[in-house]
Amino acid sequence: MNGAHDLGGMHGFGPIDPEAEDNEPIFHAEWERRAFAITLAAGSHGRWNIDMSRHARERQDPADYLRHSYYENWIAGLETLLVESGLVSEAELASGKPEGVAPKDVRAQAIKAERVAATLAKGAPTTMNIEVEAKFNTGDRVRVRNINPTGHTRAPRYARGNLGTIQEDHGVHIFADKNAHGTKEGQRLYSVRFEASDLWGEGARNKCAVYIDLWDDHLEPAA
Amino acid sequence: MSKDHDHSQGHDHDHGHDHTEPPSDIALRVKALESLLVEKGLVDPAALEVLIDTYEHKVGPRNGARVVAKAWSDPAFKKWLFEDATAAIASLDYTGRQGEHMEVVENTGQTHNLVVCTLCSCYPWPVLGLPPVWYKAAPYRSRAVSDPRGVLEEFGTSLPGDTEIRVWDSTSEMRYLVLPARPEGTDGWSEEQLAALVTRNSMIGVELAKSPEDGKAS
Repeated sequence: MNGAHDLGGMHGFGPIDPEAEDNEPIFHAEWERRAFAITLAAGSHGRWNIDMSRHARERQDPADYLRHSYYENWIAGLETLLVESGLVSEAELASGKPEGVAPKDVRAQAIKAERVAATLAKGAPTTMNIEVEAKFNTGDRVRVRNINPTGHTRAPRYARGNLGTIQEDHGVHIFADKNAHGTKEGQRLYSVRFEASDLWGEGARNKCAVYIDLWDDHLEPAA
Repeated sequence: MSKDHDHSQGHDHDHGHDHTEPPSDIALRVKALESLLVEKGLVDPAALEVLIDTYEHKVGPRNGARVVAKAWSDPAFKKWLFEDATAAIASLDYTGRQGEHMEVVENTGQTHNLVVCTLCSCYPWPVLGLPPVWYKAAPYRSRAVSDPRGVLEEFGTSLPGDTEIRVWDSTSEMRYLVLPARPEGTDGWSEEQLAALVTRNSMIGVELAKSPEDGKAS
């Protein structure tokens, strides 16, 4: 979707103003700690994947997305996912009062403290051990398709319609755009190099390139 | 006003509150949501504490610094990093969530690399921990791809005009770690000494590794 999350190339957000690395805390308020932890823990139910999480955050009103701090966007996304997955009802979310405990088999899915380290260490690889023929080879010139889906996509707006060069084939990965909508499909994933002058025109500074990871469905031959 | 609040809030929020005022709306909302999830049995309170402790105290950029220092010291390890970064980094026990598929990109005299996620906040957690606020915020995400030299200058990093800058937009589950150039004057240094020169920002690519003089000063 062409949402507020797709920030590449936008102007007007002001200076970066980084905090000094040596004394930047990991969390800046207690509620951020809690927001982070409940988001990860709730994910252990397996009711949504990482692309669904991203899409839940980016589906907010664009003005809300930009006004919110980072973890506020996480909470907005988590509330959406909890209700859509049925883990929490609208009424429970509104009142803060549970209508009852979750069924036993659902409660059993909640990650336990002693399982956290092993679960984090394992992660969730997105490679798929299936044969998918590569549509493109290293060195091929490609164009990013001019797609404007209302659903999730990992093809950023600033790249669409532009020409690039296949730099590397990362093999078969779960295609994020469909995974966000519940379909697990493997596609080849490529690192594609774009010259800054092609992306940004005359104003681009010299000798800059952008590398973007894109799947088969995002690309067409340059021809 | 505390600096902490300044950076945890959106850029145009009202910052006119301090610790003596009641909790913010978002703090209350998160507290209510946590209570609801715990009461329903959907999250285990002890697991929450482990999750927070892990990313606040255990996983962070010292992991990445160890990877970099080893790459500077051990040519076979460096070669392995470029061939299969995920496996090479796993040999140091840094694996898993948000680092399932690692790529290492090397800064040289000719090339400088910079990592961003324009669409969200993708970042290699096992080696760098959770991303800093600026990495997740709109100013960096919007301009890193369109004006990387300007962004680097904001971090005080000025590179020769003939150095090619490569910006890596993390749009998939590939996670990028920058291997900074080894500072001059570090011949014969141990991995521990070298690791002390490797900053988080140098592994995102917005800065260079510290020089031996800077390392002493800090």
